[in-house]
Amino acid sequence: MKTILFVIFGTILVENFVLTKFLGICPFLGVSKKMDSALGMSGAVVFVMTIASAVTWAINEYLLIPLNLSYLQTIAFILVIASLVQFVELILKKFIKPLYNSLGIYLPLITTNCAVLGVAILNVQNSASFGLSLLYGFSAGLSFMFALILFSGVRERLETSNVALSFKGLPIALISAAFIALSFMGFQGMFAF
Amino acid sequence: MKRGLKEFSKGIIRENPIFALVLGMCPTLAVTTSSKNGLGMGIAATVVLIGSNFAISLLRKVIPDKIRIPAYITIIAGFVTILQFVLKAYFTDLDKSLGIFIPLIVVNCIILARAEMFASKNNVLYSVLDALGMGVGFTLALFLIGTIREILGNGTIFGFDISFGVIPQATLFILPAGGFLVLGLLMALYNKLTVKKKQEFSCATCPIQCHVPKEEIK
Repeated sequence: MKTILFVIFGTILVENFVLTKFLGICPFLGVSKKMDSALGMSGAVVFVMTIASAVTWAINEYLLIPLNLSYLQTIAFILVIASLVQFVELILKKFIKPLYNSLGIYLPLITTNCAVLGVAILNVQNSASFGLSLLYGFSAGLSFMFALILFSGVRERLETSNVALSFKGLPIALISAAFIALSFMGFQGMFAF
Repeated sequence: MKRGLKEFSKGIIRENPIFALVLGMCPTLAVTTSSKNGLGMGIAATVVLIGSNFAISLLRKVIPDKIRIPAYITIIAGFVTILQFVLKAYFTDLDKSLGIFIPLIVVNCIILARAEMFASKNNVLYSVLDALGMGVGFTLALFLIGTIREILGNGTIFGFDISFGVIPQATLFILPAGGFLVLGLLMALYNKLTVKKKQEFSCATCPIQCHVPKEEIK
């Protein structure tokens, strides 16, 4: 129980995937203009990341290691993630229509979200067990969601504020992200995990 | 000849992958804590970019349109795997300091974007020149950010001390927050210096979601 809480809060606050590990910056900057799309995107990421870390764990443990093919890790993982995303999209479209309507358009974006491949590789590097991989994938998704929601709140305010011309758009967004990252440094050393 | 020169030079400033196209933000922010890391990451990505543009341009008539994205990803992942071997064997230090961002070159938007937007439509020579130009632009941008962060945050260039114990160091700049700050300020400077109309950034610039209507993901 204690470990579970440590992993979840540690990943969200101390080692936030977006703000301290710099994984998944593209969607962080690209889909954070409106709160609605931020929620949709991060919901899809939590979903795919959890499944992807389970599947890549199995691929690594039962296919790559026994066959001595660990060097094919990068190719195998990205192909598994790409096809998984397509598969999830099909399943949702067919069986869970409401979920597809809210997450559907964000799913294709996830293949190139480096946080998904990142979490799979980190799980292998840490030689995590199946349960821990699953938990880590889930909390990594949550940490992405937390950062994206915080940031989209800031950006909605930025949209209406008067910004110098050359700072308009992305530059001022990056500078605000710097302050959010700065505030996250306050959590450093909160847990040792 | 003239066109070749144009394809090469456009990536350096006018269509700089970081400041103008805003692609590949993750390594840009994550590994640029020193000029050496920035340079290393830039060169690593350039090597993969040249290889993938070359291969994809050669195969552009063979790859069926419907499965082109998975095909491109497989080609890119192949080159990244080769790069991983080379770095592990000959550049152990760089391999350690870039860490997870080496395999993550696979999902670097720049490489997929150049494959989709350029290599799949142009011949081998132009594709390689385009890759070279984009790679140089990416490397220069990363080197610039890395150098600024290293000077401000650590008081050194390439590990050589230039603060002489007098100039105080702001550790903030080699921490994550400093990465965002330096990139934001540089991007504002780029916008100020280039008069051209700014491109609005969204995930729509990523090539993987070509079938997603642009207005839906803003």
